[in-house]
Amino acid sequence: MSTSALAAARLILARDLRLALRKRGQFVQPLAFFAIVTTLFPLSISPELARLREIASGVLWVAALLASLLALEFLFRDDAHDGTLEQFALSGQSLTWLVFAKTTAHWLLTGVPLALMAPLAGMALGVPYAALPGIIVPIALGTLVLSLIGAIGAALTLGVRRSGVLLTLLTLPLAMPVLIFGAQATDLAIRGVSFAAPLYLLSAMAVLGVTLAPLAASAAVRISLE
Amino acid sequence: MSEFLYMGGYAAFVWPSYALTLVIVVLNVIWARRSLARARADARRRLLRGGATP
Amino acid sequence: MAWTWFHRLASPPHVYALASRLTPWFAWAAAALIVAGLYGGLVLAPPDYQQGDDFRIIYVHAPSAWMSLMVYVTMAVAAAVGLIWRMKVAHAAAASCAAIGASFTIAALATGSLWGRKMWGTYWEWDPRLVSELILLFLFLGYMALRSAIDDLQRADRASALLAVVGVVNVPIIHYSVLWWNSLHQAPSVMKLGKPEMPAAMLVPLLIMLAAFTLLFVYLLLVRLRGEILRRERTASWIREALADE
Repeated sequence: MSTSALAAARLILARDLRLALRKRGQFVQPLAFFAIVTTLFPLSISPELARLREIASGVLWVAALLASLLALEFLFRDDAHDGTLEQFALSGQSLTWLVFAKTTAHWLLTGVPLALMAPLAGMALGVPYAALPGIIVPIALGTLVLSLIGAIGAALTLGVRRSGVLLTLLTLPLAMPVLIFGAQATDLAIRGVSFAAPLYLLSAMAVLGVTLAPLAASAAVRISLE
Repeated sequence: MSEFLYMGGYAAFVWPSYALTLVIVVLNVIWARRSLARARADARRRLLRGGATP
Repeated sequence: MAWTWFHRLASPPHVYALASRLTPWFAWAAAALIVAGLYGGLVLAPPDYQQGDDFRIIYVHAPSAWMSLMVYVTMAVAAAVGLIWRMKVAHAAAASCAAIGASFTIAALATGSLWGRKMWGTYWEWDPRLVSELILLFLFLGYMALRSAIDDLQRADRASALLAVVGVVNVPIIHYSVLWWNSLHQAPSVMKLGKPEMPAAMLVPLLIMLAAFTLLFVYLLLVRLRGEILRRERTASWIREALADE
């Protein structure tokens, strides 16, 4: 009895989520990092909320991107280490779907919590309540795209010693459009203006990412396992 | 001649630009030739050892 | 039948010999055009009515920027060919491109910055084209970093090839998002000249320089390609003959 690709993907997603819940510490780290980094800016610039509000969007987005990147290193690492990843590749199941499932798990464990936490940091930076949806939705979408793109880099750098910085170097240039549109959306929201335009562009990127990135990432996994 | 060098007052921007680009062109030529020479030397060494597994 | 030339391009000894024969032609052609272009741009072209002689930087800036983009696309195409058809020669070509592309991207950034200095009053103004060049530099550096991080040459070839293909797909996206970002914040661009169209005396040296740098790139690629082919070759026989001939 063979499992359909979708069913296999759902199993992997559930498995990754369950494993992560056992290693809770690992997934709290990006959130702590995010909190610390957003604190650095008032300390290094000024406690005046009016000034902080000007840069709040940039601060939130850069911190969220970096925190999300931190966790990407672990996307494939454990499975590559104990041979599970090789089993996936040899299993005859669609590696693309499996990679997509792992990426989704990563986003649910890192990106979504970041998106939910960001409003708190936002308020600390002087962002008005009405702007909070403008923080949550774009950051949730943006971290999804980042997880998708980052999965490619994570797969390419499998087994490379101290791949963390290299992974960041590879992923950030590709993630700059996400940053541009996402930060613009949040900034418009903070100013009380409609942020639909950049949000649509961000959504388009997410659609593109969801369809293409897992293909590239699974090809990268195969290259790294050779 | 001095008017040519003066570049209408922009000499401090024009000449460094040309100099820098020229330096990069020359460096590229040097690096390319050196990379080929090194590869040839390595290949010769491999041949001497009998067998050319890189 | 039409595919034999393509299949011959997959043969390392054939490409090595071809590259050796073509190298001097491209070297001399590039040198001649560079001299002609420099003379035309520095001496023959009249000063711009708005920027005076400052605009002459275009004769080194535009070719450098053109180089950076052309080299990246060439690298990505070679990488794609190498991945799809598993051609070592294609991977050798992609590897040859990286250092060339990165250095000319730096040239484009530096000359662009110097060009803008007079107009902006500062050395950097987040002009959208320069920002795109900067991101392109990061893409080149990332490619080179990935290559050097992987020890196995074959795996390094294939991993960096995938990265190059993903990068080239992103380049238009990055470029347009930077343009969009810039249009919101109204940073002035100096890359345009005073006149609405360039007169022939200004345009011709520019075209000559663009052609010259293209030929220069082919020359540099051919030289590096030979070395990269040698690095990837396992059978000794043709190498012995090829090295003996030189």
